[in-house]
Amino acid sequence: MAVEPILELVGISKAFGGVQALRDVDLALAPGEIHGLVGENGAGKSTLMKIIAGVHPEFGGIMRVRGREVRFRASRDALAAGIGMVHQELSIAPDLSVAENVYLGAQPTNRFGMVDWGAMRRGARDLLSRLGLEIDVDAPAGLLPIGVQQLVELGRVLFSGAEAIILDEPTSALSPPETERLFEVLRRLKAEGRSIIFISHFLDDILRISDVVSVFRNGRKVVTERVSPAIDKGWLIERMIGAQAADLEESWMGSIQLATPRDAPVAFEAVGLTHAPAFRDVSFQVRAGEALGVYGYMGCGQIELSRALFGKIQPRRGAMRIGGQPARLSGAAAAKRAGMAFVPESRRAMLFAEEPIYRNISISILETISRIWVKPDRERAIAAGHIQTLGIRAPGPSTRLGALSGGNQQKVALARWLTRPPRVLVLCEPTRGMDVGAKEDVVRIVRSLKEQGIAVIVLSTEPETVLSMADRILVLRRGEVVREFADMAISKEDLLAAA
Amino acid sequence: MDAASATQSRPPLANRAGRWLSHRLRNIAPLLTLLFLILFFSIASPSFTSMGNVWNILQQVSVTAIIAVGLTFVILTAEIDLSVAAVANATGIVVAFFTLQDASVAIANLPLPGPIAILLALAACALLGLITAVGVTRIGIPSFIMTLAMMQIGAGVSALLVRGQIAYSVPPLITTLGSRSFLGVPWIVIVAALFLLVAHLVLTYTRFGRYVYMVGGNREAAENSGVNAGFVVGAALVISAVCSGVAGMLGVAYFGSAQQNEFDSYLLDAIAAVVVGGTSLFGGRGGIGNTILGLFVLGVLNNGLDHVNIDSFLKILIRGLILLAALVINVYAEKLRTGDRGAV
Ligand SMILES: Nc1ncnc2c1ncn2[C@@H]1O[C@H](COP(=O)(O)OP(=O)(O)OP(=O)(O)O)[C@@H](O)[C@H]1O
Ligand SMILES: [Mg+2]
Repeated sequence: MAVEPILELVGISKAFGGVQALRDVDLALAPGEIHGLVGENGAGKSTLMKIIAGVHPEFGGIMRVRGREVRFRASRDALAAGIGMVHQELSIAPDLSVAENVYLGAQPTNRFGMVDWGAMRRGARDLLSRLGLEIDVDAPAGLLPIGVQQLVELGRVLFSGAEAIILDEPTSALSPPETERLFEVLRRLKAEGRSIIFISHFLDDILRISDVVSVFRNGRKVVTERVSPAIDKGWLIERMIGAQAADLEESWMGSIQLATPRDAPVAFEAVGLTHAPAFRDVSFQVRAGEALGVYGYMGCGQIELSRALFGKIQPRRGAMRIGGQPARLSGAAAAKRAGMAFVPESRRAMLFAEEPIYRNISISILETISRIWVKPDRERAIAAGHIQTLGIRAPGPSTRLGALSGGNQQKVALARWLTRPPRVLVLCEPTRGMDVGAKEDVVRIVRSLKEQGIAVIVLSTEPETVLSMADRILVLRRGEVVREFADMAISKEDLLAAA
Repeated sequence: MDAASATQSRPPLANRAGRWLSHRLRNIAPLLTLLFLILFFSIASPSFTSMGNVWNILQQVSVTAIIAVGLTFVILTAEIDLSVAAVANATGIVVAFFTLQDASVAIANLPLPGPIAILLALAACALLGLITAVGVTRIGIPSFIMTLAMMQIGAGVSALLVRGQIAYSVPPLITTLGSRSFLGVPWIVIVAALFLLVAHLVLTYTRFGRYVYMVGGNREAAENSGVNAGFVVGAALVISAVCSGVAGMLGVAYFGSAQQNEFDSYLLDAIAAVVVGGTSLFGGRGGIGNTILGLFVLGVLNNGLDHVNIDSFLKILIRGLILLAALVINVYAEKLRTGDRGAV
């Protein structure tokens, strides 16, 4: 290599208790390079990035920044050395304003040492508009959609002047235009000579934006290769999981034939659901054993709609029928009793990080396995079964949930509703943060649920997710259903064009 | 590679020990405090370690214990109940109000048979708890504010019923449980032990107990799992009020009189017992075991201070400082746990 790498890792190892998360990993990042990182859930990508960003101060191996050996004790050491990271789990302060979040810990002050609110607002507005975001910088950040929060957080790291920027799955919640905008920003940063490490499970994105790509598997780096036409998705997948790409790809390549099962009874019906401004006049039917896809860009109202379907918000107008019976979902517990089940888009809103896996799974079926006394052995056995069938990477059912990698946590959230399947399952962004193999697993799970006669409603901003699961697709735009695709062949392009 | 494995093998060991400690900090800290206090007072005062004094301590913490049992439920769900002492006071006065008083007591009361008086008193505290529960879970008033209001309401009920007077009689059952002994063991200690035992079984081994922990750990996730979180919080508040009510009745018998403001110091004591014991103020962590530890710390401290020669005004300050230290450890334990490990 001609130029000196800005960051160089040699023989990095890291273990958590008995789990060897990284073994002997080498990695180099050149100035002005966009380095893509791919690998299965739990392969160790986030762990390596956290080591670089000073989150995990203890590890084996050597890390050099601009040729000098370093050992960061905390993330502010890393920032001081010019390395910033946007974490997979957002660390935005929901109650602070957008501007305060951008300037977190580094507010501009005026002559008197007071926070210069004016300068802060202006600065935040400028910075965010460079990211293509025209938002109210005084609004609490927690009210923004997750994707926008992500951009705000990126804004914060950019603002700190980091030379090397780590993005851990930044596009998992972004719509295609937003991703495009992010990529423009990344290209601009690259032109300024900054280096970027980019982690994603969207292999197309990785190939499109990266100069160099590294593949991780089981805590080891398998290969680093310069991106060229010879490197395609299939090439990456083979190295990621060893499976032949062809086995996995069939469900989302090219066009899909949609088909509505006409003879099955209607399991769920929504009539004119309205909760302005989030969604307006949404009507649909889902039959038993059918999967209805709801596709739309982020912020199109699908998150609110999904919450309404589980009684978390009461739509101002409209009605729902479950199995033909009018249903008033006055709350989540009532919705569950009526046969609904829900996996929300955010893991934090679904999982108990400090509790063991088995309690995370049993929580929604506790009343069926115990009238009064809990039966931890039963719960553990059930959880162990799910860990096995879903391929959840965990030492055992008693492992603390927070110790799992992002994708594996998501599988736990799904496992919860599989023990005693509901009548209608509402999945909001079910594959967010999942690797190709795990996505395929989810598609398989949904398919088997459909075979058991469950009606599935999949709401997602990922066209592939909707296409691979749905038998019929609604397109939502600014809270309204603008298009329905049924009984026809449809491709990803058709879907994107409709949104 | 050798160098790498060498640097790796040492820190993780220390690290693991540190992590183990930080995990158990909430249990270890109160235990060490307790051992330290016992050691200190045994050296400082010979009368402290007598068997008679052990019974003293147990008897002195019993009323607090029964209140703290209910409060443990509430704090585990990440809520708070500031009305416990006021509800205890009101219930104790209600049961006296329905009991025939000595002619010298000038209260316009309503004498009823003992069992009925007790049932009415239990109904009264349950009703107060229910009102709190409705306010918190239906109307959405933060428990901190709602129970502050309930504290005032309880005080009002007490004031209206006794009108500045003091009542002395309570039903015979209450007198027995509050002030008599059974085979040398004070009944009030037995009742407190039973409350602690039952609460421990409920919290550890029942479905409801699991829900209490899960709702306290992450309320939104519990709701999204179909758990009726509002019901769980409401039930915890009612349990808390009923426990307070029982403590109030027995307390009146224990003190030998029913009057206004007689339980005021129990609010702080009960909260202190739960928190000093190590139950997380953020919910979801801790339990009756912790509360028992906290009760002993408090009991030994209060009792021990009486055995050594200290300015009684200084004692108040010392208790405050101990509580502050416990709060610091409590919050610190939470930070250690969630610190470097990241949330969901
Ligand atoms: N704080 C922790 N404590 C214990 N184990 C952990 C911790 N963080 C990560 N691990 C384990 O280390 C391994 C690697 O996890 P990591 O989060 O790096 O995976 P990842 O490649 O980022 O996966 P994903 O794509 O799902 O985000 C996993 O087996 C995970 O369970
Ligand atoms: Mg990750």
